[in-house]
Amino acid sequence: MSAGAETGTAAPLDATQAQPAPRALPPFLKRLKQPVIASLFPLAVVVFWHFATYGRKFSLIPPPSEVAIELYDLAFGGIYDDAFSQTLLTHLVASVSRVYGGFGMACLVALPLGLMIGRLPFVRQLLDPTFQVLRPIPVTAWLPLAMIIFGLGPRSAVFLVFLGAFYPVLINTIFGVRSVDPRLFEAASMLGCEGTSQFFKVVLPASLPAIFTGLRLGLGFAWVVIVVGEMTGVQTGLGAIIMEARQLSRTEIVISGMIVIGIAGFISDRIVMWLGGRLLRWSPNHV
Amino acid sequence: MSEPTVPILELKGLSKQFEFNGDRIDALRDANLRVSKGEFVCLIGASGCGKSTLLRIVAGFEKATRGSALMWDRPIEGPAPDRGMVFQDYGLFPWLSVRGNIAFGPTSRGRPRAEVKDTVDRFVELVGLQRFADAYPHQLSGGMKQRVAIARVLANDAEIVLMDEPFGALDAMTRERLQDELLDIWQRTGLTVLFVTHSIEEAIFLADRVVVMSPGPGRIDSQMQITLPRPRDVVAADFNDIRRELSLRLHSHHARKAA
Repeated sequence: MSAGAETGTAAPLDATQAQPAPRALPPFLKRLKQPVIASLFPLAVVVFWHFATYGRKFSLIPPPSEVAIELYDLAFGGIYDDAFSQTLLTHLVASVSRVYGGFGMACLVALPLGLMIGRLPFVRQLLDPTFQVLRPIPVTAWLPLAMIIFGLGPRSAVFLVFLGAFYPVLINTIFGVRSVDPRLFEAASMLGCEGTSQFFKVVLPASLPAIFTGLRLGLGFAWVVIVVGEMTGVQTGLGAIIMEARQLSRTEIVISGMIVIGIAGFISDRIVMWLGGRLLRWSPNHV
Repeated sequence: MSEPTVPILELKGLSKQFEFNGDRIDALRDANLRVSKGEFVCLIGASGCGKSTLLRIVAGFEKATRGSALMWDRPIEGPAPDRGMVFQDYGLFPWLSVRGNIAFGPTSRGRPRAEVKDTVDRFVELVGLQRFADAYPHQLSGGMKQRVAIARVLANDAEIVLMDEPFGALDAMTRERLQDELLDIWQRTGLTVLFVTHSIEEAIFLADRVVVMSPGPGRIDSQMQITLPRPRDVVAADFNDIRRELSLRLHSHHARKAA
């Protein structure tokens, strides 16, 4: 969004000031510039990876071409026709549903809780210290307990994702609610907006940027946690095939799973950012 | 404008004390003031003279320690739309457009939608922001933001507009333009204005009456009726006479305070 705004203001300046612009690119190339720059580094990594691994018989890391073929087989099958062929969609759907399920539940709990902790001193005194102590406990440390409480299976996975997404959403919501400019409460009350309607007409919109940051971080953490979550003995999911492939020493599947998680996480982050950009057009310094 | 007839606002023995590091600070001591409907009153004084405190008590943001603040003879109990405040830092809602900010008051008070729309249109036009009606505050200049802040309280049927150094953060030219516009709006609407400033020139240029306040403890020192015809010429001889007189009054407190 900010890139669009920049070119929007820069274009007329260019036209008047930098009259002889020999290096000006045609618009469609200009639009390609950013993705091209962004892909230079990964391309270099792949090239390095290729030369470091290709043709070495005892390399534990497969070359990129092998990973690419495996990725294709995972997605569409028809190459190896083993237990993993053509299962990508199943695993992806399983992981996505757990990520969004856990994330959604985290939002359902963390958003109202954060709003209350931020606004009501009693709730803050009651709950905030506990959360401060629970927060540093890593999700991995919860794994054994989760398996005892929720059993082996997807419920543990969703719970761990929930935990991973919970704190970023909670902390940022509290922060957002508590950092509303006090001036805005004065402005609202002198305009005749008091009490609970102040909550909806001032607190909520004013803390929206911070809440969105929390959602973005939370969803990011949900993707980070999904592999750990799916170590709890579930059959499907990107985390599950990574764990299974590890035991079978199918490193090309492990890497394929990593790539898919990265891309899926990236896309879901883009969706949140796009939503944020639309909802927070008013905010000068958002995303 | 003309001599006061009915007091819209009356302050009797208004005092405010703050606790600061265990000390009692007299922010305002025994302030008495009567403001008539339609009057333009400027409060002037050095920092710490209690002018902002006085304004904030009238706005209802703070409670007086002693004394009373009456509007139409009824005690002020908290903020209400009849007293609209214009802050130096604007206090606009950043998530609302110019229209949204102006509509905030009427909407909060449950006015029907069509009426709100008419009101908003009228006040967007009054402050000359038609072209920016859908812009968000961060897209506006300081002068435009302050126009929105003024329109917002006027659209909400404020009887008294309380202005706390509203043009203090603006550049000189914008400031002069807004002073002219404010006078124009005031003359057309018959508003009552209570205007805090630390600029002597601004006070004389705008006010029917200048209230001089002095610090330590904050109190009302003296008042001066400004009878110069409008529009006032800031470099005219009689304007300068008043400026000198007010400057002397303000200066004497500094001397006294230092002694």
